[in-house]
Amino acid sequence: MGVGITVEQLNAFYGKTQALFDINITVLANRATALIGPSGCGKSTFIRCLNRMHETIPEARVEGKVHIGDLSVYNGTSATQLRRRVGMVFQKANPFPTMSIYDNVAAGLKLNGFRNRKQLDEVVQKSLHSAALWDEVKDWLHKKSGASLSGGQQQRLCIARALAVQPEVLLMDEPCSALDPISTGKIEELIFQLKEQYTIVIVTHNMQQAARVAEFTGFFLLGKMIEFDKTEKIFTNPSDKRTEDYVTGRFG
Amino acid sequence: MPDNNFNSAAGLVPEFSVPPISLRRRVTDQAMTGVAVLTVLVVLLPLFAIFAYLVYKGIGSINLAFLTQTPKPVGEPGGGMANAIVGSMVILGIASLLGVPLGIGAGIFLSEYGRNRYGDIVRFVSDVLNGVPSIVIGIVAYGLVVMRQKHFSALAGGVALAIMMIPTIARTTEQMLLLVPQAIREAAYGLGVSRWRTTLSITLRTATSGVITGVMLAFARVAGETAPLLFTAFGNQYWNWDSGQPTAALSLQIFTYAISPFDEWHRQAWAGALVLIVLIVSAVAAVRIAVKHGTLAGA
Repeated sequence: MGVGITVEQLNAFYGKTQALFDINITVLANRATALIGPSGCGKSTFIRCLNRMHETIPEARVEGKVHIGDLSVYNGTSATQLRRRVGMVFQKANPFPTMSIYDNVAAGLKLNGFRNRKQLDEVVQKSLHSAALWDEVKDWLHKKSGASLSGGQQQRLCIARALAVQPEVLLMDEPCSALDPISTGKIEELIFQLKEQYTIVIVTHNMQQAARVAEFTGFFLLGKMIEFDKTEKIFTNPSDKRTEDYVTGRFG
Repeated sequence: MPDNNFNSAAGLVPEFSVPPISLRRRVTDQAMTGVAVLTVLVVLLPLFAIFAYLVYKGIGSINLAFLTQTPKPVGEPGGGMANAIVGSMVILGIASLLGVPLGIGAGIFLSEYGRNRYGDIVRFVSDVLNGVPSIVIGIVAYGLVVMRQKHFSALAGGVALAIMMIPTIARTTEQMLLLVPQAIREAAYGLGVSRWRTTLSITLRTATSGVITGVMLAFARVAGETAPLLFTAFGNQYWNWDSGQPTAALSLQIFTYAISPFDEWHRQAWAGALVLIVLIVSAVAAVRIAVKHGTLAGA
């Protein structure tokens, strides 16, 4: 089951440059939350703070409190422990190129010391089903490399890989930006099904996509969260003038 | 044709016709292709010439005795280099056991943890080590191993060759790991995989074929080395199965025989050189085939 996320007074920096300013947000469990805003506004930085990927960049640092369920992200939890509970799908599909399809999905468990062959088989099959990829790859699980799939299939493979470690939250950083409309449609459908089991936070440049998949939407501008509300409200009756300008296409 | 003249119809792009490719461009194109082919020939020619000459001079002396017997005393015909062939394999085995893990380890450090001043120092030292004359490395191994053991040994020879392998392996491993996109490492971090696990099981694995190329390059380079073995492995006219005792090596045997005044030994030196080059080529080819066999479709 998914868990909620609370963020209090989050500030993020790259060296001396501040990228995020005093972000406060509460994300509800088992809902999809979209983050929109122009390029460079801090959306990606923000979700990378939720699973501590931000700190893998040299000289990057974070201040503030983040809770994933009852887990305090920046206080006493190791980054590796946290990331097993908070899965991530990246902008560009990044399957492990030298691994088979099966090994790609099993990687998270295998590399964390999980060895039970039978259970691995089950998890791989279940994850590929959840990512709507099973039928397309079931005959090639061990024969083909993850990199041999098409772009849309690779991205769904990455989703399956993230699901296999059974996270509670799934972070998606512009998962469809490199995909054609058909693949995008498949992934959006997937998000719909996945939120029954996971809490989803999705960064997107595509406002129609946010409107289609998310119950809640946050609008970011210049490292600040301008407005956060129900998706319907953001797109039909935003309270902030800047949000309205953005969603109606007057800038950005 | 109103349909396929969309651009000019809309007035966006002025109409123009593509001029035919000029004679000068065609000639230049052909000439450049010719130059490229020529450079390949120039590079490959010496290799084939050497190999052909070795076969011509050496094949006549290769027989079962040459591959199975130890050298006979001067004046007695026959005999072979079996002990040197095995000795070379033992020395190269020791060198690889020591040099490959150390070299790959250093390469991992340089790529994953050495993007700083400390890494720059290691890089510089490694490049200098690469340029140290092989005989000097032999002296180092003499001081490190032979002086302590009080006699020459396969181990000392292996240490000398390992030292020579390390910088090549370290620098190629570093370059190959740097080619692995950051996104692949992030994918592993995102799954909750620790940094050292990611480096070993993801980054290094993704770069495997490149790393192996570096290892093979280093292996082939030291396999024919003679100078560092002169006062480390030293050579031996008899069988020796103790890696702590003086050991024969093909390169040493070729050297000894080639500078001798005996025709029979000269012929055997040619045969030894042919065997050595065949061994190196087959070792490299075997590793290549093994790696290719383990690679998935589309990887």
